[in-house]
Amino acid sequence: MSFFSHINHRIAPLAGIAILAASTLLAPAAKAGETLDKIKSRGLIKVGVGTTPGFFNPGSDGKWTGFFIDFGRALSITVFGTPDKVEFTNSSPQQRLPALQAGEYDILLSGVTQTVTRAFKLGFHFGPVLFYDGQGLLVRKDLGVTKGVDLDGATIGVQSGTTGELNIADFFRKTGKSFTPVTIEDTGEFVKALDSGRVDALTQDSTDLAGKRTQLKKPDDYVLLPERLSKEPLAPAIRGGDDQWLEIVNWTVYATIQAEELGITKDNVDSFLTSKDPSIQRFLGVDPSLGEAIGLDPKFAYNIIKTLGNYGEIFERNIGKGTTLNLDRGYNNLWTNGGLLYSPPFR
Amino acid sequence: MTVAPFASGERPVPARRILQVLDRVWRRPGELAITICVFLVAALALVPFYRWAIADAVFHGDARACEADGAGACWAFLGEKLRFILFGFYPPEEHWRPALAVAALALLFVLSALPRFWSGRLLVVWAVTLPGLALLLKGGFGLLRPVATNDWGGLPLTLLVSTAGMAFAFPLALTMALARQSDMRILKALAIAYIETLRAVPMIVVLYVAMLIAPMALPSGLLVDKLLRAQIGVTIFASAYLAEVIRAGLVTIPRGQYDAGAALGLSSWRIQRLIVLPQALRVVIPAIVNLAIGLLLNTSLLAVIGIHDLLNTARASAADPNWLGYYTEAYLFVAVLYFGISHGVSRYSLWLERRLARQPG
Repeated sequence: MSFFSHINHRIAPLAGIAILAASTLLAPAAKAGETLDKIKSRGLIKVGVGTTPGFFNPGSDGKWTGFFIDFGRALSITVFGTPDKVEFTNSSPQQRLPALQAGEYDILLSGVTQTVTRAFKLGFHFGPVLFYDGQGLLVRKDLGVTKGVDLDGATIGVQSGTTGELNIADFFRKTGKSFTPVTIEDTGEFVKALDSGRVDALTQDSTDLAGKRTQLKKPDDYVLLPERLSKEPLAPAIRGGDDQWLEIVNWTVYATIQAEELGITKDNVDSFLTSKDPSIQRFLGVDPSLGEAIGLDPKFAYNIIKTLGNYGEIFERNIGKGTTLNLDRGYNNLWTNGGLLYSPPFR
Repeated sequence: MTVAPFASGERPVPARRILQVLDRVWRRPGELAITICVFLVAALALVPFYRWAIADAVFHGDARACEADGAGACWAFLGEKLRFILFGFYPPEEHWRPALAVAALALLFVLSALPRFWSGRLLVVWAVTLPGLALLLKGGFGLLRPVATNDWGGLPLTLLVSTAGMAFAFPLALTMALARQSDMRILKALAIAYIETLRAVPMIVVLYVAMLIAPMALPSGLLVDKLLRAQIGVTIFASAYLAEVIRAGLVTIPRGQYDAGAALGLSSWRIQRLIVLPQALRVVIPAIVNLAIGLLLNTSLLAVIGIHDLLNTARASAADPNWLGYYTEAYLFVAVLYFGISHGVSRYSLWLERRLARQPG
C-alpha cells in the first residue's frame, strides 16, 4: 500500500557515493583559516560522530560521552577554552564523508579509517591516528574455525559503506577462497544476524566486534579470532586544504599523548606548574612563548589535561579495563611502552 | 442450508450472534479445522512472547538484573531510556517544552479531526501553531533558553516534521494539481515536470540533496539550518504525491459542473473555490490521510542524514555501554507508538468516510 515503497536502503550508499562525487566537483577545497573562522563566528565546533559503544555514548540524560567524544571536547578547549562549545551529530558511514565535504561538519571523529584514496581522490586531511584498530572476525565457536581462511564458503555479515566491506572481499580474493557477503545496514540487525544463524561470522573493526560480542545472547559461544585482516587507523578527518585547522587538530591530540609521556594526569597537572623543566613549562603554558608563537591559548594543553586527562586516562575511562568494552591498550600505547603513540616535541 | 445473513440495519444481540457463528462453524468442518489451526499457531507464538514480555521480564533494577540468566524483556531499560527515546538530546531540564509541543499537536489533531471545527479559522490556528511550536522548541527569547535544532529529537521531531510537511505541502500541492488541470500549456508542463520528477526519485535522494547539495548551491554566507532544509525537502516531496491525490479528486467532478458554473457567470477561480474543490477534496480525504500516515512513517529516513527522529533515538538509546544492545525493547516501544498513531489516524479516516457518505453535498 505504500506509495513510498520504492525507497530502498540499498540506494543509500549508492546515492552517498554519487553525491560525494558531485560534491567533490562542486565544493572548492577549503582555504587555510576558513574552518577556524567559521567555527569562531558560529561559536561552535560541529563534529560528526559514529555509533560504536564506548567511543560514542548517547547518555540517558542526552549528553554525549565516549573516547572520540572526549577528543571533540579537547578541540573545543583548544579553540574556546571550554569543553562544551561543540555540537555532536550522528553521521552514518554512508553520508559522513559527503557531509564533511559539504561543510556540514568541521571534523569527523566518527572512526574514519585513514586511507590513501580518501586522502588523494576524495581530498580529505587526516589528523593523528586516535585509535589503531584492525578488522576482525567474530565467529561461532562450534564452526571450529581458527583462521580466516577456514571460513571458505561461509556466509559473512558486513556493514555497508565501511572499509570492512572491501577488506573482506580483498581477503578472500587473495586467498582464493569464496564467501557470501550479507550486507547489513542497521547496527542492531548486525548482531541479530549472527545470533539467529543467518550468517556464520561477522566482520568489522575488532573494537566494534568486542562490543557486539557482549550483546549476543550467549557471548561465550562466539570467539573473536586473533587474526587481523586489515589495518584500521581511525583518525580525525577534515576537509583538505585548511592547514591551520589541521594543525590545531594535530596538536590537540599530541597534547594528550605528550602529557601521558610526561606523566602528567588530570589530578597531578597542577603540581607540574611549578616544574623547573623548560619543556614542561612550555607545554603547560607557564612559559607563554610557545602558545603565542603558534597562535593558540598558551594554556590549551593545561586546560585539556585539567578537564579531560591525558590519552591514557581518556582511554581507560571510556574503553579500557573495567568498562564494557574491556580493551587492552595494545598498539594504542605510548611508543615507550611498545605501542604506536608518539608525539612530536612541543618546542 | 446456510445461515441467513443479518437483516440490514438490524444489529444482532451478542448472544444470538455467537450462536450464529458457532452454528456456521459447526456446519463447515473445514472452517472449524482452520480455526483450530489458527488458534494453535497463535498460542505457539504467543506463549513464548508472553514469557519473554511479561513472565520473565525485568521491570526494575539496572542492566545487571537484565543480564541474568533466563531474563526476558528488559523493561527497566525503557524506564531508564524513556525520556531519551521520546525527546532525544534535548536538555532534560527543558523537557517540558517538547512535551508541551506534543500535547499541543495532539490537541490540534483532535480539533482538526472533528468536522464541526472545520472552517477558515482552523487554517489560521494551524498557520500560527506550527511555527509557534518550532519557536517554543528553539527558544532563545524571554525565559526560554536557546536549544540548537541539532539537539531536537524523538517524538516531537517526528510529529512536527511530518505534520508540517503535510500542512505546508497542501497549498503547494493544490497549486500543482490545479496547474496540471489547467489549459495553459506552459503552466501545465511545469506542473507535470515538478510532480513527475519528484515522484520518480526516492525520498532519500531528496533528503541527500537537501543535506549535501543545497548548502553548496546556496550563495555562500547564507546558512540554512539542516533541519529546516530537511523539512523543506520533506514538504516538497510530499507535495508531489499530494498533488496527484488532489488531482484524482478533481477529475471526479463532471465537466457539466464547470459549464453550469460558467453559465451562472462565475469566474473560473470562483468555480474552483465554490463548486469543484469542496467536492473534490471531500472525495480524497481518505487518500490524504493515507498519505499522511506514509509520511509519518517515512520520517524515519531522516536518520540517514543524522537527524534524531523517533526511530533514531530508539536506536541510539541501545548504544549506551551501560545498557548495551536492548534493541528489541527499544524498537518494540517505538513500533507501538508508530502503530498507535497510524492506527488511530486510519480508524478516524474510516469513520470520516462513513460520516461523509451519510451526508453528501
